[in-house]
Amino acid sequence: MSEAFQHILVEAKDGYAVVRLNRPKVLNALNSALIGELVSALETLDADPTCRCAVITGNERAFAAGADIGEMAEAEAIPFLLHDQFAQWDRFRRIHMPLIAAVSGFALGGGCELAMNCDLIIASETAQFGQPEINLGIMPGAGGTQRLTHAVGKVRAMEMILTGAPISAQNALRAGLINRVVPVELYLKEAEALAAEIAAKAPVAVRLAKEAIHKALDASIADGVDFERKNFFLLFASADQKEGMRAFLEKRQPQFEGR
Amino acid sequence: MDDNQSVLLAERVGAVLTLTLNRPTRFNALDDPLKDALLAALQAGVRDPEVRCIILTGAGKAFCAGQDLNAGDDLRPDQVGKELRLRYNKIVRLLYGMEKPIIAAVNGVAAGAGMSLALACDLRLMGERSSLRLAFSNIGLIPDCGATYSLPRLLPRGLLLDIAYTGRSIDAPEALRLGLANRVVADADLLGEAASLAAILAARPTRALGLTKRAFNRGEDATLKDALNYEAYTQEIAAGTMDFQDGLAAFREKRQPRFEGR
Repeated sequence: MSEAFQHILVEAKDGYAVVRLNRPKVLNALNSALIGELVSALETLDADPTCRCAVITGNERAFAAGADIGEMAEAEAIPFLLHDQFAQWDRFRRIHMPLIAAVSGFALGGGCELAMNCDLIIASETAQFGQPEINLGIMPGAGGTQRLTHAVGKVRAMEMILTGAPISAQNALRAGLINRVVPVELYLKEAEALAAEIAAKAPVAVRLAKEAIHKALDASIADGVDFERKNFFLLFASADQKEGMRAFLEKRQPQFEGR
Repeated sequence: MDDNQSVLLAERVGAVLTLTLNRPTRFNALDDPLKDALLAALQAGVRDPEVRCIILTGAGKAFCAGQDLNAGDDLRPDQVGKELRLRYNKIVRLLYGMEKPIIAAVNGVAAGAGMSLALACDLRLMGERSSLRLAFSNIGLIPDCGATYSLPRLLPRGLLLDIAYTGRSIDAPEALRLGLANRVVADADLLGEAASLAAILAARPTRALGLTKRAFNRGEDATLKDALNYEAYTQEIAAGTMDFQDGLAAFREKRQPRFEGR
């Protein structure tokens, strides 16, 4: 699949895929083209029944160090509004399979927002997360003010966004922003191991559980519980539910088929 | 500027880099140029794959008398904290974090920040007439440059507070007894002994030594569970090195390993 893309590399593995941001000379600065390629690749992978999870990563030095400033420095407000480059970002929300960000080095601005668009984050000990937009006279525009606040709470989000200062991987872990901190030599391997682990579960259950968890961030407890319950019941129409419970009762490993 | 006048001398022999604080008329007191030069030299040594062990020592009679008390700007009350954050703390974090062995060859008095920096090195060889002095309280300050981290881990509380409160000198024999020095040698032999030890360490599997330091750093504050988990990660990395392959083969073939530091 990589042949079609200029700014990313896609590698299919057993049950999951690794999508690597590939603009190393600019520390993977996110331009419109890269985001467009990324969501297109993820949509294609999402539609592929043999791919049940995706790892998004950069390189050791940088996950993504922000947006392409050159691309937007001279933008005018109304054309910018009408063009709405962030509409591409909305397509991440439509991806059904889990996305794991494997972050090393800089995850700043749009890079941090991209990581937070993923469902899980595995970081190397060298990773730094920040929203430095304030230093350029702007603010996060790709969900940073929302997702960061949900993840780390008001006062930490305020400090990060209003000072623009990054936090270390260890602090990101303590704050609840990420899942795990791993030595730099092993972070991608760890992310892939997690992807493989999730890919081995019943895919429809994974998809519906992910949906319900996302709902929890937006809905009241009452609405959220109702949503969860409908998804729960829905799974009883799946072959994998029958197989999963039968296997448990028969004390054997389940063979999931993804339906 | 003439190299001989440089405030920090750097000399590489084989895989050993020796950094010498070079303000002997000021007992190697640390002013901004020397601190900057020391940080830069350490960073260069860490980046250079040919350097596999570093020695830190002082020119002349002293190892390091600590912060230069004649460097006016650094000592203004509103600048002191900033100076620690901007300069000293970076040096200390680098000494603790660098994944290559670093030996302090303490050739004379190591006072104040000089003592702290010596303690931040991995190992300490002391000349028999050298000494350590946590001199901070002599001028109304607290021990910095990591002394509040290193010393409580080495000394019982009573001894710790004794040397901190009184600012008294600890001679080389006492330093040895207290575990603050690895070895005490005749002054004339200090640099030679440091060089010999450094040469031995430089021929060891450098990445494994660095990962060992990383794992011990982590283990210092960890629970057993956390330490074991981290060992599993670090061991996996070490097992991926060429030196592990060579070490294993050497054991099986009953020969000496040829560790290349990668």
